[in-house]
Amino acid sequence: MPCSNFVSPAARKERFLDRRSQPPSSFLPPSPRPSASPAKMIHSLFLINASGDIFLEKHWKSVVSRSVCDYFFEAQERATEPENVPPVIPTPHHYLISVLRHRIYFVAVIQSEVPPLFVIEFLHRVVDTFQVRGHSPLLFSLFMSASFMPTHLPASSPRLQDYFGVCTEAAIKDNVVVVYELLEEMLDNGFPLATESNILKELIKPPTILRTMVNTITGSTNVGEQLPTGQLSVVPWRRTGVKYTNNEAYFDVVEEIDAIIDKSGSTITAEIQGVIDACVKLTGMPDLTLSFMNPRLLDDVSFHPCVRFKRWEAERILSFIPPDGNFRLLSYHVSSQNLVAIPVYVKHNITFREGSSQGRFDLTLGPKQTMGKAVESVLVSSQLPRGVLNANLNPSQGTYTFDPVTKLLSWDVGKINPQKLPRLKVNRLDMYGEKYKPFKGIKYMTKAGKFQSLDVVEPEILLTQKLRCLNPYAPSPDHSQSLHVCRGFRSERSTFVSSRCNDVWFETHS
Amino acid sequence: MTTEPEEETNVCGLSVRRQSRMNGGFSSLRLEAAGAMRTVLVSAESLQLTLKPELTQEEQALTHAAAAGSGRPKETLKAGNEDLKEMLESNKESLKLEAMKRIVQLISKGKNASDLFPAVVKNVASKNIELKKLVYVYLVRYAEEQQDLALLSISTFQRALKDPNQFIRASALRVLSSIRVPIIVPIMMLAIKEAASDLSPYVRKTSAHAIQKLYSLDADQKEQLIEVIEKLLKDKSTLVAGSVVMAFEEVCPDRIDLIHINYRKLCNLLVDVEEWGQVVIINMLTRYARTQFASPWKEDGILDENEKAFYDSDSEEKQGQREAKPYIMDPDHRLLLRNTKPLLQSRNTAVVMAVAQLYWHLAPKHEVSIVTKSLVRLLRSHREVQYVVLQNIATMSIQRKGMFEPHMKSFYVRSTDATHIKTLKLEILTNLANEANISTILREFQTYVKSQDKAFAAATIQAIGRCATNISEVTDTCLNGLVLLLSNRDETVVAESVVVIKKLLQTQPTQHCDIIKHMAKLFDNITVPMARASILWLMGEYCERVPKIAPDVLRKMAKTFTSEEDIVKLQTVNLAAKLYLTNSKQTKLLTQYILNLGKYDQNYDIRDRTRFIRQLIVPSEKSGALNKYARRILLASKPAPVLESAFKGQLGQTPLPWTNEMDRDRFQLGTLSHSLNIKTTGYQELSDWPAVAPDPSVRNVEVIEPVQEWAPSLGKAKKPKSDKFYSDDEEKEEEGSGSGSEDSSSRSSSSSSSEESGSESEEESSRDLEKTSSDSEKSSSGSEASSSESESQQKKKKRAKKVTPRKSKQAAADSDSDENGNGPVGKTSSSSAESSSDSESDSEEDSSSDDSPAPQKKTVAKTKPKVEVKSKKEVSLLDLDDFSAAPPSAPKSSVFSSSLLSDLEGLSLSNVSSAMQVTTSSFGPVKTYELLHHMTGKGLSAKYHFPRQPCLYQPSMVAVQVILTNSSDHSLEEIHIGDQSPASLNVHCFNTVERLEPGASVSVSLGIDFSDSTQAANFQLCTKEDQFSVSIQPAVGELLMPSTMKEPDFCSEQKKLMGMNETSATIAMATANTSKQNISKQVLSVANVGVVSSDQNNLQRFAGRTISSGALVLVTLELRESSTALLTINTEKTVMASMLLRDLKQALCQA
Repeated sequence: MPCSNFVSPAARKERFLDRRSQPPSSFLPPSPRPSASPAKMIHSLFLINASGDIFLEKHWKSVVSRSVCDYFFEAQERATEPENVPPVIPTPHHYLISVLRHRIYFVAVIQSEVPPLFVIEFLHRVVDTFQVRGHSPLLFSLFMSASFMPTHLPASSPRLQDYFGVCTEAAIKDNVVVVYELLEEMLDNGFPLATESNILKELIKPPTILRTMVNTITGSTNVGEQLPTGQLSVVPWRRTGVKYTNNEAYFDVVEEIDAIIDKSGSTITAEIQGVIDACVKLTGMPDLTLSFMNPRLLDDVSFHPCVRFKRWEAERILSFIPPDGNFRLLSYHVSSQNLVAIPVYVKHNITFREGSSQGRFDLTLGPKQTMGKAVESVLVSSQLPRGVLNANLNPSQGTYTFDPVTKLLSWDVGKINPQKLPRLKVNRLDMYGEKYKPFKGIKYMTKAGKFQSLDVVEPEILLTQKLRCLNPYAPSPDHSQSLHVCRGFRSERSTFVSSRCNDVWFETHS
Repeated sequence: MTTEPEEETNVCGLSVRRQSRMNGGFSSLRLEAAGAMRTVLVSAESLQLTLKPELTQEEQALTHAAAAGSGRPKETLKAGNEDLKEMLESNKESLKLEAMKRIVQLISKGKNASDLFPAVVKNVASKNIELKKLVYVYLVRYAEEQQDLALLSISTFQRALKDPNQFIRASALRVLSSIRVPIIVPIMMLAIKEAASDLSPYVRKTSAHAIQKLYSLDADQKEQLIEVIEKLLKDKSTLVAGSVVMAFEEVCPDRIDLIHINYRKLCNLLVDVEEWGQVVIINMLTRYARTQFASPWKEDGILDENEKAFYDSDSEEKQGQREAKPYIMDPDHRLLLRNTKPLLQSRNTAVVMAVAQLYWHLAPKHEVSIVTKSLVRLLRSHREVQYVVLQNIATMSIQRKGMFEPHMKSFYVRSTDATHIKTLKLEILTNLANEANISTILREFQTYVKSQDKAFAAATIQAIGRCATNISEVTDTCLNGLVLLLSNRDETVVAESVVVIKKLLQTQPTQHCDIIKHMAKLFDNITVPMARASILWLMGEYCERVPKIAPDVLRKMAKTFTSEEDIVKLQTVNLAAKLYLTNSKQTKLLTQYILNLGKYDQNYDIRDRTRFIRQLIVPSEKSGALNKYARRILLASKPAPVLESAFKGQLGQTPLPWTNEMDRDRFQLGTLSHSLNIKTTGYQELSDWPAVAPDPSVRNVEVIEPVQEWAPSLGKAKKPKSDKFYSDDEEKEEEGSGSGSEDSSSRSSSSSSSEESGSESEEESSRDLEKTSSDSEKSSSGSEASSSESESQQKKKKRAKKVTPRKSKQAAADSDSDENGNGPVGKTSSSSAESSSDSESDSEEDSSSDDSPAPQKKTVAKTKPKVEVKSKKEVSLLDLDDFSAAPPSAPKSSVFSSSLLSDLEGLSLSNVSSAMQVTTSSFGPVKTYELLHHMTGKGLSAKYHFPRQPCLYQPSMVAVQVILTNSSDHSLEEIHIGDQSPASLNVHCFNTVERLEPGASVSVSLGIDFSDSTQAANFQLCTKEDQFSVSIQPAVGELLMPSTMKEPDFCSEQKKLMGMNETSATIAMATANTSKQNISKQVLSVANVGVVSSDQNNLQRFAGRTISSGALVLVTLELRESSTALLTINTEKTVMASMLLRDLKQALCQA
């Protein structure tokens, strides 16, 4: 969505002038620093909303005037879409590195050479600290033009409190002091100090309604009294003195398939991105070992820092002292080189009535024969071109919505059973008079129709396989993990959630 | 207020008192600090500050100061800030807190709150932690503007620096050092020095951060700060390492000498350092390594030579003369590569990128590709991460197509990608294009051309143009496709196509009149200036080929000339001039008209051009000599433009034409400079490799380790060896070997293997000792290694003496470990060593294989109690390393580690069975297969067999030994491997055999990753003149490697592989095969499996693993009466099982 939607260029310009008219002297340090080389790492951070307002600034070194953001606004203006703003922008004296999350630009100002990924990764980590991972519906809608997207599951257990549910402008503004305190702890002199959310939560307690009330009455604070012990130990990710009456460990294996399929429904490329999210609530300092039946499937893996690399290298066993609460244990990638089976097929067809501005868009969706399992929460969304006036739909299953503003057609199919073949028919495509002929407008999405011999890029699929909880206390024989709890851990009971999806998804032998 | 009585008296007293407490080292500094303190006081006094003894609380003093200080800005206070001030001065903590929160909100919005400074600063000593923190936030923000007032808070921090709570000490230092007030520099310096020797690593970390702050405040402190850095670099805490290296990078990046003695420590600590520190350390070590080690990149060329020497000397008598390798990778260099590799699996994308660039800049060329997968994985990350990673991949893919070609599909563009992501992916796809995949890529491109994103569509057309020029096979196809695009409805697409076609036509000087005519027809409809100009240029350039059309186009242009863009006007003038020269009859008037128009154009370029052209082409008195050459000047044949990667130049957001010349790869990968393709402030050039590596001994550290009591025997056993390894003798020998003295060279090649393993264990031990970890596994592994080493030495001395099988096995493993340590250099030498040891051990292997597990068991049993004792001793459970059963991961996971592992497996706490061990080959008789017959091979014949050795190149590869024989009457040159199919096939080729004399033969080894399938590997065997398609189809049994396990393990593993994973058949065995020995002989001849010793007479068990995926394959043969037997195979590879069953059945049925 173009950011200029939010504010007219004239208004933007005014704001520009506004900013410039502020006396710069009050923002600049009275005396420039001596001739030392410009300091490395992150100098300042500006948060900018979609309409181009700087609503938060934080400086870790001497103050950088916010007029530096004008270069960013220029780039923003040039970009047609918000996400087209280049992440790295040079200005005469500084460099701006930005990330866009939840319609907020996090713009870091740096003065000299630093690996850009270092800054980008840090900024993302800041956002992740603010909010629960996975609660980012916006992200998905930005990425997907046509996607199957079940609602993303939080881990199957109650999550531990995070700072704010979703990192929005309002949430940040409401909690600006907490944000400031967090940022103060996360960077020292522009260099990351504490980025583990477990530690930060000990330093600064997440705001809750109850605590806010108590604080206002008693005058007590959100700030922890003690240095988190984790910070000092070799296990900086875990706090000490954890106690639970029910000791539980949950592991969710979530796999997402990215695929490009062509018009006929066959796959051009498919990749799997899998993660194991864990929610571990165990007393003391447990040392866990997780082994897999078929570890070789894990093609390329990245770990939470708690996982011991060497043990994995040598034995393909995950051995770790878990952080307390929710964390992402590992994520893995099964590349397109391997055969990835896609559970559904999608076919689409577009026809136009000659000489009329109407057309017909058929979309067929069905399970692949080979899959014996039901696919749940299937959502197809297709971005129709701007010329489309209205769409009447005739879904054979599920419900649809069409947003005439964004031209986004979403079809919530729901569960697909292997027998049924749902079929969505768009009876009419009404368009209003653009300069070009109607079918021109359709062209973007009808690539398939135009080039029958060719593969077609759209629609893309993102599939999250919903995970089911099997009987938690009796792991079924085919599940692929087992949990071993080692020393230091008194196990009252350990609970299990296993996925039911994996093995069929990726056969690695070629 | 809980201040102690004596501190209340005077702020100055504090520093004085401290003076007496401190030891001598800081005396001068202390004086300075005291001086600074005095200055503070003076300036406070100048503010009419009363710091009288009777003041009992510091807060009061501050209140006074505040009262005094607030006098000035009073007028400027706004109403809103006034009430904040009141709140701050109230007695209620909650009100103060509320006020501070509101102030922080003001700050966060960028509003000026500096006028509240006096009111805020007096709360600096508050007991309420949150209030205090917020005051700190304020202080750090405004201290620079209100220096005088800021000084008042200093004493509070000074006191806090002495607090027993490390957290308070650290945070005091943090804030103190963040106050950018030059006057307190000496105080900061003192504080940093003290904190640098604090007991708490957290405080030391803070002091490392403070170093940078102080340096940016006052660069004159550099020398003293370097001392602190030097001290902190020696720190062994992982907490400190990242921060101090950061400080090093900022303060004294050129003092590379400080790193030497810390180098190995940093390498070893790296895995456990926090992720941000890892990035900094890796980047620093990259720079370090580029100055300290010899280039590993020349090695390929050198290796070829050596290889040749080696193969020539196959006959025994030359063996001694074999030249030593001129390039041996410095073990420290290897250490760095080895220790950074696991970090590719970090969740932190910056770490992964840092390792990737390290490998790119430091690793031998053939090892770089291990970073590919991880980089591709990063593409699934956030958009911004994708952007940077793709930029780097784009640079890499220009130089090394092969690295990313298998992952081509990961770069397919998604319609939802941001434009800059799309452009980068397009760039990479174009870089990856070759003859084999161009059709796929072009098909992709065709869909991209239809994209709604016009900028991207245009970029795609450019890319098609590049493919067309780079790959001559598809030039015509592309050209036709582009011509079709000319009738596209979208203007940008058409325009871009025109521009690209223009360039293509230039590179293809053949007749393309039709296309030019077609474009002339389209001319009226095209409005994009660049496209119009391109068409005009084409008309002019090839006007003689389109004699009728060109003048007509000129006529049209004459009409519209005044309304055209400048670039079109210029080309119109050009066209006119060229036509005037070729076809003056028709165009003379037109040309004159156009020249007249141009003469009065507003643009001076056009006026200039017109004037120039007129003088050049129209003969007159003035025009002089040039006139004669006009034709040659204007109609000279122009060199075709090179369609280069746009990425080689600028792709960023600021189009700077002059940077186009410069390649992005001049910058270190992963840097900001690389990302922007401009040299950023503070960018440090990555130096070139030194011609001669500086003295490696500077990195030697005397091992004085406090933890040695953990494993005293171990320390003693190893110490002499490690000394020897790093001693000068050794270096001399290494250096000397380059000069090629016969004696030492042969010695060094054989002894290096043992020494290498010595270094291995030495490194390990130093690692052990540095960490306070129990590492009992390691200690036993270390001793294991050293004992095996001594054995191998023994063996060397007494070659004639029969060696026990266990020893020989160890030796083989040992020499393998050498390869891993030594990289490619060791490979050739070891193959000979191995084959010799192999021939010795083969004969004994059969009989002895039953016994071999027993001594292993003993070791395990022996070490076990030791472990328990140690784990009781262990202080913390937090150690990260206590499980690392393997030596520091070798780049190619090795036989060495796995065999070690099996020795240690009993120590592991997991219940994973000990069925992990993979042994070396267990069976000798070699079946040789024909690869190429000499009739079809024009004299070159090739035979291959499976040596059943673990492959040296990659553990997932099957080793194949190929014997090349020249049976022709002339020598064959440059025998090498050409194209391979299927494309996904992973073959490690042998190095090119430069020359093969008639009648001679060489044996070379290949590594092929069959991915556990018996699909044939097809490739081309090429000589200088010819290419022969050959294929290697492995028998299923060759895709296995033996795995020794004990019977109980076997049974438990077997139980896991029941059901569909079990394949069985009853077979009737040939009578000759009934004896147990014969059966195992037959089985082993078919499959490369290991014998599992069994008590039961009627059962025979064999175990193996598939090479590529390591899946267990268990074979059970149950003898029944009357020479029938039940053959069972358990493996999850069911296809392999049935094939193996068939093969075994056949072998056992036949006599």
